[in-house]
Amino acid sequence: MLYINCPHCGMRSQNEFSYGGDASVKRPELNIEVSDQEWDNFVYNRKSLRGKHLELWQHISGCRQWIKVERDTATHEIFRTFKADEEVA
Amino acid sequence: MTQAFRIENGGLINRDKKLSFKFNGKNYFGYEGDTLASALLANGVHLVGRSFKYHRPRGFFGAGVDEPYAVVQLYRNGETEPNIKATEQELFEGLEAKSVNCWPSVNFDIGAINNFLKIFLPAGFYYKTFMWPKSFWYRIYEPFIRKAAGLGVASTKHDKERYEHKYEYCDLLIAGSGPSGLAGAYAAAKNGAKVILAEDKPRFGGSLLTSDVNIGNQSGKDWAEGIIAELKTMPNVVVKNRSQIFGYYDHNMLVMSEKVSDHLPSTKKYHPNKRLWYIRAKEVLISSGSIERPIVFGNNDTPGVMLSSAAKEYLKVYGVLVGRKPLVFTNNDSGYETAIEFKKHGVDPVVLDSRKNAESEIIDEAKNLGINIKNSYVVVAAQGYKKVKSADIATISEDKKQLGKIESIQCDCICVSGFWTPTIHLASQSGNKTKFKEEIDAFVPGQSKQNEITLGAANGVFSLDETLKTSFKAGSELSKKITENDNEIAIPNVVEKKSSQHDKFWCVPLPKGKNYKRFLDFQNDVAVSDIEIALREGYRSIEHVKRYTTLGMATDQGKTSNLNGLQLVSEIENKVVPAVGHTTFRPPYTPVSIGAIVGREVGKHSKPTRKSPMHSWHEKNNAVFVDAGIWLRPRYYKRGNENLFEASKREAKNVRTNVGVCDVTTLGKIDVKGPDAAELLNRVYTNAWLKLPVGKARYGVMLREDGIVMDDGTTTRISENHYHMTTTTAQAANVLSHLEYYLQLVWPELNVNVVSTTEQWAGAAIAGPKSRDLLQKLFPNSDVSNEGLPFMGYMEGDLFGVKARIFRISFSGELAYEVNVESDYGNFMWEKIIEVGEKFNIQPYGTEALSTLRIEMGHVAGSELDGRTIPFDNALEGLVSKKKDFIGKRSLQRSAFIAEDRQRIVGVVPLDKQTSIPEGSHLVKDDKAPLPNPKLGHISASCWSVEYDNPFSLAILKDGKNMIGQKLFAMSPLKNKVIPVEIVSSHYVDPKGERVRS
Repeated sequence: MLYINCPHCGMRSQNEFSYGGDASVKRPELNIEVSDQEWDNFVYNRKSLRGKHLELWQHISGCRQWIKVERDTATHEIFRTFKADEEVA
Repeated sequence: MTQAFRIENGGLINRDKKLSFKFNGKNYFGYEGDTLASALLANGVHLVGRSFKYHRPRGFFGAGVDEPYAVVQLYRNGETEPNIKATEQELFEGLEAKSVNCWPSVNFDIGAINNFLKIFLPAGFYYKTFMWPKSFWYRIYEPFIRKAAGLGVASTKHDKERYEHKYEYCDLLIAGSGPSGLAGAYAAAKNGAKVILAEDKPRFGGSLLTSDVNIGNQSGKDWAEGIIAELKTMPNVVVKNRSQIFGYYDHNMLVMSEKVSDHLPSTKKYHPNKRLWYIRAKEVLISSGSIERPIVFGNNDTPGVMLSSAAKEYLKVYGVLVGRKPLVFTNNDSGYETAIEFKKHGVDPVVLDSRKNAESEIIDEAKNLGINIKNSYVVVAAQGYKKVKSADIATISEDKKQLGKIESIQCDCICVSGFWTPTIHLASQSGNKTKFKEEIDAFVPGQSKQNEITLGAANGVFSLDETLKTSFKAGSELSKKITENDNEIAIPNVVEKKSSQHDKFWCVPLPKGKNYKRFLDFQNDVAVSDIEIALREGYRSIEHVKRYTTLGMATDQGKTSNLNGLQLVSEIENKVVPAVGHTTFRPPYTPVSIGAIVGREVGKHSKPTRKSPMHSWHEKNNAVFVDAGIWLRPRYYKRGNENLFEASKREAKNVRTNVGVCDVTTLGKIDVKGPDAAELLNRVYTNAWLKLPVGKARYGVMLREDGIVMDDGTTTRISENHYHMTTTTAQAANVLSHLEYYLQLVWPELNVNVVSTTEQWAGAAIAGPKSRDLLQKLFPNSDVSNEGLPFMGYMEGDLFGVKARIFRISFSGELAYEVNVESDYGNFMWEKIIEVGEKFNIQPYGTEALSTLRIEMGHVAGSELDGRTIPFDNALEGLVSKKKDFIGKRSLQRSAFIAEDRQRIVGVVPLDKQTSIPEGSHLVKDDKAPLPNPKLGHISASCWSVEYDNPFSLAILKDGKNMIGQKLFAMSPLKNKVIPVEIVSSHYVDPKGERVRS
């Protein structure tokens, strides 16, 4: 079971969190023209990376904040975690 | 009363406490501190089972977790449990056990005919044979294999025992309480670290209990006892016996199964049977020791052939002789230690050493004791069927290929030692890539992967002195990093006898003209010849060889067989062992009770149960409940002998004619507050929200980004910046997360807060033509007229002193209201509604009537919003704004979603107006068409229309818009029904929606 450092609460076990997918996906702005391809990429197309992956988790049984977790999908190593509004350098 | 094979004195058992037990129906006795295995051996019982494939007689091979044979069915306190290792099961008064895998009895086993058919049962036999003819599988092969397979029978009764889960955190977790574990634990504890020391056996000390060593001028055993006693007094230390760490998972999470009660005749009150520990450790010290490995020779599975370390353990721990004429067969010095113990207890062993000459302190001691030692000798085959009677032995050439003349030697047991295999399972599970260590012919852990370190025999270090030094140091350094204490510990002097190099020899060749079975894997009857066949047939990867031959599978997971298997494969393949590699070690290390894994989450505890504040009223009034997610909701209120159908019809009809009340507390409720609340709703819902006035409710539909309907419900503007959102019962949690996602990640600039208020409000839906009259009586000071509170209006009211929210919204399609009060007043509200409603003939209605009412009105619910439909499919496209953007809007332009013949909700009525259509039935054009009959749509929900008194269903139908009036067939192969139907509008009752506005 993963051990995730919630930037708001500290180290917590995975069973307090819910997975939310790729954190690098950016929703297109509202009220703008979006091509089929762009929209498909946003809704459906994801890379299944082996290695470092920035992903979203929600601390659903804790502070309910969505956070970003930088994790290796092969080794499960977690490198860094970020608040929702933190820029990932 | 004496036991034939129990020595007079010695051992760690309590001879003052006799325990009686039963094995295969026969009465025996043993002592407190015995295992079932040691007690049976003390009574001279060696035959305990039959082997898996050939049903050959099986005895005891080990003395602990590595045991491949002695798996029994246990009976304890009226319960039965299969797959119990007799070598691990502690004896208790009244224990009962039976052999498994034999019929009719262990002494006369019909399956043993397989032994004579074994030429027909080689590796892959089942795969090859049971393939054809196909029709035989179901009727003949499968039942046969099922009967033949398995080790014991699982109970079909409810398990009365209780199992617990425990979460624990520590600085240092230590797996195994042998010399390495004790030293590491002691050093870390002295530095103030929080330590957990786990030992799978009842007694702490590991190899120190049986080895002839001195530590700090005490025997190894006494030293271990002293350390454990001191650790137990330290507040920062938890020591646990009978506790097996069986899995090493991500981020230093380890799982341990503690057998709390298995050693007792029955579980004490308030105690669990087992406790599963989830331990998050900062550092892990793996001191799991090593397991002796066998040497392969002919008929090496005969009862009486066992590991030499096990023979020594039975003698030193339990005071039991495994035989009176022992033959020790060894390729290293460990066999001599066993021989010396025999000799000390007046038994004369014969030692066969495969080495030509070997010199060491241990061997010298054996010689001095006058033990008969035969160098360059091997056991060619054991003789005897149910018990070893003699052994065929011979000299062996130095290249280990040529056997000398076969001689026979009388013996009643053969204690075999083929050197030691480090127990690397936990290290490997942690992700550690193991490496092959030539000097010991075995794998040891490589570079640490997580925060783990492996020491002592588990790391291939068999010198006690070195083990203690490295373990004290490791315990001290690991803890120093965490506690920043550095308390020096004097490392005690060690006296141990030096041993000599083992012989790299693991398999005795077959003598000319003999075809003895030479077993590698004892639990699965995998012999040398099976591996040879697998390789001959082209299997190369060790993982494939394992699966084809079953080498290393089953409950012992090859603890005694894996390395010899690898040796054989590497020899035939002409590769070195590390090039063959080993199969993956996966948790659990040893079988774990399903009960322990499930813990307390059984029966009603498998999930939480949510009840509305009015639950006890429903109970008192004969409600029959139904699970709605984790909520319990009244399905109907039973009157007299009514069934579900009759009761729900009565309830629904009463809503259409008088007034009914339904508990709608379970609906999800979310408070949406902030200056940008309207903007959020406008982006989340498909329809427009910016102009909704205060005091008004609006129905809304929200989509996922892929255009699929996520949820629907009404949201009410309570005040300028305050909205009360409702969701369906099922989607409440998802909708909240959905809103939080957009607020926190996508549109953080929106100044809005959302919070669940589902449990803060109790809700009652009051529906029916008389609902307004009732409402007026409930709120005499409020103007609830059609003008004062119009459709989709909202007001606050005073319910006999309790503040209430009144919404004029309707799910039933009737004139209807929903009243909310704070949860604590829920029951008060409900009783008032029932009391005042009496003169309007009010009846409570459950979810079944609720469904009927919404279905015949064509209102959609979860069965239509099933994660596959868009607004158009549900005839909700009128709610989709063309002017503004919202979540999922762009997806609605997908070609499939705008197709001319897009599926759409319709009503379905059976032509005979009698036959109810099963939900899930498919709609087809031609009921006689060949299969697969093209499906046009499916029945999503069915009811008995109380308005028209005939069955009515909703369906999602291809090109539904143009299908009204068509005649189709509803087919349910599951229920074996074909029903001719007519497609009608989904708005079966009150299509103009006049009643809700009346």
